[in-house]
Amino acid sequence: MSKIKNAFGKGKALIAYITGGDPNIETTGRLIRAIAAAGADLIEIGIPFSDPIAEGPVIQGASARALAAGCTTDRLFDLVMELRKDLETPLLFMTYANPVFAYGTERFMQRSAAAGIDGLIIPDTPYEEREEFAGACRQYGIDLLSMVAPTSADRVRQIGKAAEGFLYCVSSLGVTGVRTKLTDEIASVIKIVREESDLPCAIGFGISTPEQAKQMAAYADGVIIGSAIVKLIAEYGENSIEPVAAYIAQIKKAITEQ
Amino acid sequence: MRKGRFSQYGGQYAPETMMGALQELEREYRRWRNDPTFEAELAALLKNYAGRPSLLYYAEKMTRDLGGAKIYLKREDLNHTGSHKINNVLGQTLLAKKMGKTRVIAETGAGQHGVATATAAALMDMECEVFMGKEDTARQALNVYRMQLLGAKVHPVTSGTQTLKDAVNETMRAWVTRIADTHYVLGSVMGPHPFPTIVRDYQRIIGAEIKAQILAAEGKLPAAILACVGGGSNAIGAFYDFITDQSVRLIGCEAAGRGVDTAETAATIATGKVGIFHGMKSLFCQDDFGQIAPVYSISAGLDYPGIGPEHAMLWEKGRAEYVPVTDDEAVAAFEYLSRTEGIIPAIESAHAVAHAMTIAKEMTPEQIIVINLSGRGDKDVAAIARYKGVSLYE
Ligand SMILES: Cc1ncc(COP(=O)(O)O)c(C=O)c1O
Repeated sequence: MSKIKNAFGKGKALIAYITGGDPNIETTGRLIRAIAAAGADLIEIGIPFSDPIAEGPVIQGASARALAAGCTTDRLFDLVMELRKDLETPLLFMTYANPVFAYGTERFMQRSAAAGIDGLIIPDTPYEEREEFAGACRQYGIDLLSMVAPTSADRVRQIGKAAEGFLYCVSSLGVTGVRTKLTDEIASVIKIVREESDLPCAIGFGISTPEQAKQMAAYADGVIIGSAIVKLIAEYGENSIEPVAAYIAQIKKAITEQ
Repeated sequence: MRKGRFSQYGGQYAPETMMGALQELEREYRRWRNDPTFEAELAALLKNYAGRPSLLYYAEKMTRDLGGAKIYLKREDLNHTGSHKINNVLGQTLLAKKMGKTRVIAETGAGQHGVATATAAALMDMECEVFMGKEDTARQALNVYRMQLLGAKVHPVTSGTQTLKDAVNETMRAWVTRIADTHYVLGSVMGPHPFPTIVRDYQRIIGAEIKAQILAAEGKLPAAILACVGGGSNAIGAFYDFITDQSVRLIGCEAAGRGVDTAETAATIATGKVGIFHGMKSLFCQDDFGQIAPVYSISAGLDYPGIGPEHAMLWEKGRAEYVPVTDDEAVAAFEYLSRTEGIIPAIESAHAVAHAMTIAKEMTPEQIIVINLSGRGDKDVAAIARYKGVSLYE
């Protein structure tokens, strides 16, 4: 069983996203350790991209800050390598197709595997284009995650069958970012997925409050939180370790006490 | 071959939230493509509303002055709204209407595609929102007001470089946020499948008309067809019906900005590498880590870091040539055509005129060049005046 799937073995999982290199690489390293210590079961590290089309303003801002501060794919490989000396938490890279392709898909997977990355999420590579990256992922033992959305309709079954790691279920239409209200429209999609696959399902996009996390965790095996964390990092910068850790602990508590 | 591929290029690299809409679009496009009532409605709009067929004009003075090839201008500038963009927009908006959509959104660079979309939306009673880089709203202020007059809402895009690529990003984000009642009228032969195919099919009328018109006028095919290339829609439209006519050189003119050896360029074929962006595998200006490069051209419509996938294929196969043209050369051609023929071209189209001026001299009077004059230059007059250091009271 993959390390990612394992992370869902202890109750509802909390998956935390941060943009690598925002506000700088050193802070990203400290944040990852703190987020793991505060109870996150999986951590997604965003490799910043100049044009993140699936992202709302919060993560767009983080990507721009990270790139301006000199973050590169190579520096994030180095960071993960360093963290892996003592960090057990499964780590994912989340980035767009072009940074992977431009690095050389095979070379990217090889370096990811060597650094200790467990999985990869590429939001602009849907089921139909999976093979662009899937071969190299298989070769280096990296799970290539899939996403489903409320509009996935009759593709849900195929996507579910091909998925690895966990299935990323997009809560509602739109881009990433905090939403004031969340509906249960993804719940029926998850029901269909469950008929095809025993892979864990986690819901992301728009979750920020403990109440929302609890509400969404009821439909799935875990929740993914990104923009809400990135917002704290934008506000506190290098001093965001404590507020982020406190926030993670609060969410973890909310989804644990079902 | 995988779906929507032009050899290795193209594809459908879109977020999952967009896939349902792309598949619906493909289904509906196939359904309506050969529907006689749809074809008749579109043909009527192109004729009675857009003013097609556009003229193929023999530029006699220019021909004499350059003293080489015989030069014809395909007058897309005479279309309603002033550019070739209307061809694609009427097709897509009519399709959207058939699909039951009530709202259209679009990106725009120079504003021509936005104006065309706002126009079609007004005509067909659709709600319309246009996304335009903030930098471009300043460069093309007149077009912003024009869109507003037509009833569209214009959103200045403040992310990234605040130009065309950022406008595309923002329109894609807006689409996935409200997808059920909305069609994204993409303005060039780019983006995820099926857009490059749909836009090409709606633009190929340019080349089909050129072929019929030049055969009627000259009884033979041209030696070369030139068109400017941003995403590549007017170029593919002009080229498409000639691809199998091997004797016809197909020449795409890219915006070199301040030169291909500077960072201030938008010449994708000259300076880009294969990549995956905006839904397609194609060529893109980018750095070693795949970050999309901030590009530059005096022309807002060519200021794009990529090129449509079918062009990437034509280039790779050697079927079409792509040449860089600088700001200075384009501005000189803008002035030249104005004075020589009394036709003020769009600064985008002036890139093709500039290269024609270079190659015409080396050709013989028996050889014919067709320049696709993709748009008219009224929108650019103020910017060219600024470029020349002339101050205007607008
Ligand atoms: C007059 C004109 N020509 C050309 C272009 C470039 O687009 P494309 O390469 O798709 O023809 C534009 C875009 O705004 C335009 O307005």
